[in-house]
Amino acid sequence: MSNGIHPIASFLAALARGITGVQVQWAGCEPNERQRIYFANHTSHLDFVVLWSALPSEIRARTRPIAAKDYWEQTSLRRYLAANVFRAVLLERGVASKAQHTEEAHFVGRHLMDQMVEALGTENSLILFPEGTRGTGEKLAPFRSGIYHLAQHRPDVELVPAYLENMNRILPKGEFLPVPMLSLLTFGKPVQVEPDEPKDLFLERAREAVASLRRIGNA
Amino acid sequence: MFAALHDTKLVWLCFGVLFLLVVSTLIGQALKRRRTDSSRSTIDNLNARIRAWWKMCAIFAVAVTIGNTGALILFALISFLAMREYMTLVPTRRGDHLTLFWSFFVIMPLQYYLIGIQWYGFFAIMIPVLAFVFVPTSIAIAGDTEHFLERAAKIQFGIMVCAYCLSHAPALLLLKIPGFEGHDARLLLYLVIVDQMSDVLQYVWGKLIGKHKIAWRVSPNKTWEGFVGGVASATALGTALWWATPFTPLQSAGMSFTICLLGFAGGLVMSAIKRDIGIKDFGVVIEGHGGILDRIDSLCFAAPIFFHLIRYYFVP
Repeated sequence: MSNGIHPIASFLAALARGITGVQVQWAGCEPNERQRIYFANHTSHLDFVVLWSALPSEIRARTRPIAAKDYWEQTSLRRYLAANVFRAVLLERGVASKAQHTEEAHFVGRHLMDQMVEALGTENSLILFPEGTRGTGEKLAPFRSGIYHLAQHRPDVELVPAYLENMNRILPKGEFLPVPMLSLLTFGKPVQVEPDEPKDLFLERAREAVASLRRIGNA
Repeated sequence: MFAALHDTKLVWLCFGVLFLLVVSTLIGQALKRRRTDSSRSTIDNLNARIRAWWKMCAIFAVAVTIGNTGALILFALISFLAMREYMTLVPTRRGDHLTLFWSFFVIMPLQYYLIGIQWYGFFAIMIPVLAFVFVPTSIAIAGDTEHFLERAAKIQFGIMVCAYCLSHAPALLLLKIPGFEGHDARLLLYLVIVDQMSDVLQYVWGKLIGKHKIAWRVSPNKTWEGFVGGVASATALGTALWWATPFTPLQSAGMSFTICLLGFAGGLVMSAIKRDIGIKDFGVVIEGHGGILDRIDSLCFAAPIFFHLIRYYFVP
């Protein structure tokens, strides 16, 4: 299955690793073939590629990113990269919160959930940035609820937190020229939804799991 | 290409380095067999350093064998890696992004390109004059005035140390010393050997008999005994290598003494910067990136002065 990786994807992964000189640390778990959802802080376009490139190649071939439809369908280049190169799962952002009625929100939410569950299938893993958008790198934004519902739907899938260090300095939002600073990627201990755990409590706990992996204080 | 192999004296210098490596490896292994619990970490650290030296010498030998272009590319790469460590650890802000991009991908490569095309005049002023004006202007245009002077100064200092100062080592290949044409690679090797041996010997003397700290707040490992012993023995070594240079033995003693003192100054200044940032080594914060800047800090201060001393006294 490892040859299911698009050559452009492999090239971009190698490039991203070169630019960021990323050191990978598996602090709370080991890389393995289990189905997983990797969730991390989001500050840069490099985040997904770097996280993805840090996985062993046989796992990489079965790991897909969750990305924002509105952004990745804007130009034909982005569309091509998302659909063909990285086999991204494109979701509409913020539709549930914009919905007029609760029923409508539930309906939209269920639709998004179905797409993610379908993407997981029986052997895939996902990469998710629960903040929903790229931040400045100073503080983690509150997590969107998708990861909570997904965890409830598929309790068999491991939720692995990860922290990407310095990516906001290498390629921040709004820039397209990278500065080759060094970065660090730390995978933490998997988290689980406790039975009857309220949504907000879990989301805060998941966010804390990511934030606690931070090593270097950024300026 | 491979002209270096026809330079008998250069080959002898390389054999000398090889000899030192073999001897130090033997000593390291002998110590390892006799180590006690109290000396274990020091001896393991020593052997790790010796292993690293084998690798560094191998890379350096390959570059010098390829010729001037090889040496130029090697030093450009070292500059890049050193600057990367420096800029990663120095606090920068979002408004510095484009300036940093220019520093890495335009200013630094241009400095080495100027050596390649042998344009001395531009090489000498590009960073201290043009980059000096460019860096603060570019940060000011980005519009973030928070800690403005600090940021501009820190970035400029990084470019000066990692790109400008270090580039004077391969720039030795530019010098046209009468009667010494085509042998400049020996000068580069001489500088690197004396400078790095001074570091090593200061460390060794310090470990053996070091007691009185020089500036314990800045660098707890630097002692007067290590300094005097290291500088004296590295100067003696440099003097003994006069046959590979255009210098007389006395001139060679003066040159290597200068290199040792400046190397010490470079190490001390970079230690002070590390204390200021709050780290022990430039390499440790991100493990595996073994502190290139820690290795070359002494060379950064020694190279430009050595270059200009030769240029002033030996190039008509």
